[in-house]
Amino acid sequence: MLRLEGLVKNFGDKRAVDNVSLAVPAGQLVGVIGRSGAGKSTLLRMINRLVDPTSGRIEYDGIDVTALQRADLRAWRARSAMIFQQFNLVGRLDVLTNVLMGRLNKVSTTRSVLKLWSDEDKALALAALEQFGIAGIAAQRAESLSGGQQQRVAIARALVQEPDMILADEPVASLDPRNTRIVMDALRRVNRHFGITVLCNLHSLDLAREYCDRLVGISAGRVVFDDVPAALTEHVARELYGLEADEVMDMPASRAPAGVVAVAA
Amino acid sequence: MMRAYAEAVAARRARTALGLVILLLLAAVSAHVSEVDIGKFVDHIGGVGGYFDRTLRLESGARVWTDPADWLWGWKRWGRLLVDTLLIAYLGTVLGVIAGFFLCFLAAENLTRSRPLRFAVRRFLEACRTVPEIVFALVFVVAFGLGPLPGVLAILIHTMGAMGKLFAEVVENIDMNPVEGATASGAGWVQVVRFAVVPQVLPNFASYSLLRFEINVRGAAVMGFVGAGGIGQDLVEAIRKFHYSDVSAILLILIATVMVIDLLTERLRHRLMGRGAA
Ligand SMILES: Nc1ncnc2c1ncn2[C@@H]1O[C@H](COP(=O)(O)OP(=O)(O)OP(=O)(O)O)[C@@H](O)[C@H]1O
Ligand SMILES: [Mg+2]
Repeated sequence: MLRLEGLVKNFGDKRAVDNVSLAVPAGQLVGVIGRSGAGKSTLLRMINRLVDPTSGRIEYDGIDVTALQRADLRAWRARSAMIFQQFNLVGRLDVLTNVLMGRLNKVSTTRSVLKLWSDEDKALALAALEQFGIAGIAAQRAESLSGGQQQRVAIARALVQEPDMILADEPVASLDPRNTRIVMDALRRVNRHFGITVLCNLHSLDLAREYCDRLVGISAGRVVFDDVPAALTEHVARELYGLEADEVMDMPASRAPAGVVAVAA
Repeated sequence: MMRAYAEAVAARRARTALGLVILLLLAAVSAHVSEVDIGKFVDHIGGVGGYFDRTLRLESGARVWTDPADWLWGWKRWGRLLVDTLLIAYLGTVLGVIAGFFLCFLAAENLTRSRPLRFAVRRFLEACRTVPEIVFALVFVVAFGLGPLPGVLAILIHTMGAMGKLFAEVVENIDMNPVEGATASGAGWVQVVRFAVVPQVLPNFASYSLLRFEINVRGAAVMGFVGAGGIGQDLVEAIRKFHYSDVSAILLILIATVMVIDLLTERLRHRLMGRGAA
């Protein structure tokens, strides 16, 4: 069970996340929705501790995540895997090494720096790639892959972390509709098959409705909606998204600007 | 409208002219202060030509190229000293690059959060590259005695300082997304550097190191001036003892070697850069 209590994050005098309290039971697939700049990314990054909260508390199964430091903090990060809009792979390394990077927290620094991966780790990484039907590209450089392939590699990397939770920050915003499906299906499978909690920032409401057990709507850093997708009426959606409402409800995912895709490729 | 434009242009011209005058004045003042005497320069410029002319004649007065065997009589010894010089440059470059490699990450703003640590490493690197190699060599000759060791150490330190800074700048320009990805998955600092940073910067580092090797060969050639090994020893002796044709012979060998190295490293660098762009 993940518990957020009165979570606040200020950037200078700008309040990005404002007093967020949430409880997420293990195994849920939660969609976090809201317009651009609402604070969705900041919220997820705080849970992984990429960003430190200004105040408030993050608790997981009785552990005070906000107080963790050094080795404990790194161990927590391994347990709360992140997926990024830009995939964040190392382009010059091959796919298998990118996936093996998910094991870094569990391998000694000396062994990992020399790339002395154990056979178990390699088998685990290959199996993870197999899960998403991309074991055949294990030896290719990550930068040579399509966006959809890269995101699946990123999910495989998250999976070998053996995480309790996956935090996905707009995982499909740089993808075309077909790859959007593939990646969302992969996330759903990770959730259903391994029971891993998934928190997923989504821009498209249709996707959020289709894939998630629960939706959390954020506006100006505050939680303004928290319920099953069916309860999200058009009226609430319009309030949540304001002027962006028509875009997010009509054409999911296809509105990723071409530039973003080009940079990622 | 037209007049306003013409006036603006005139004003700009006047400013440029004024700037030029100031520049020339400053040059004259600094020449005076540092006792650079233009008259003396003009008087003696012919002497330089005369000196080089003199180095191209053998003892007998014949032109050097009429008797290459006599001109290059010392080629065995010079060849050996040249190999020494190259080894000094090579060892100094390799060790200096390795040291610079380990320090550059600590000097990079995007990887090292601690300001005092970054500041200390940066100032240290600065000191290492600000002091000329030859000064380090002189100091080390006093400490370790004559021979190639002081030369290697001098080049090592200077290379570390120069490469550390250059490498740090390369590191500060990397794509931070992979760093974020590795950090978020629980990797430690060293692991993040190893996996998310090094693969991005390695081609650039290799290219800069090759360039540095080229520079260090030139540097190593004068190490002998202060007794720090290599061919410089014979060169400075030939100059001091007025063995004119030996001066030109050694310079010829040196220039030929540097040219070959230039060509080889340039080719290698282009290959590296080509792969870096892919
Ligand atoms: N590192 C930062 N420094 C300063 N301000 C920031 C920083 N990160 C985010 N912000 C600000 O905090 C607010 C919330 O940003 P956040 O990225 O969390 O929004 P988001 O809901 O993810 O939006 P988007 O859909 O554009 O990704 C924004 O106003 C943003 O400008
Ligand atoms: Mg965001």
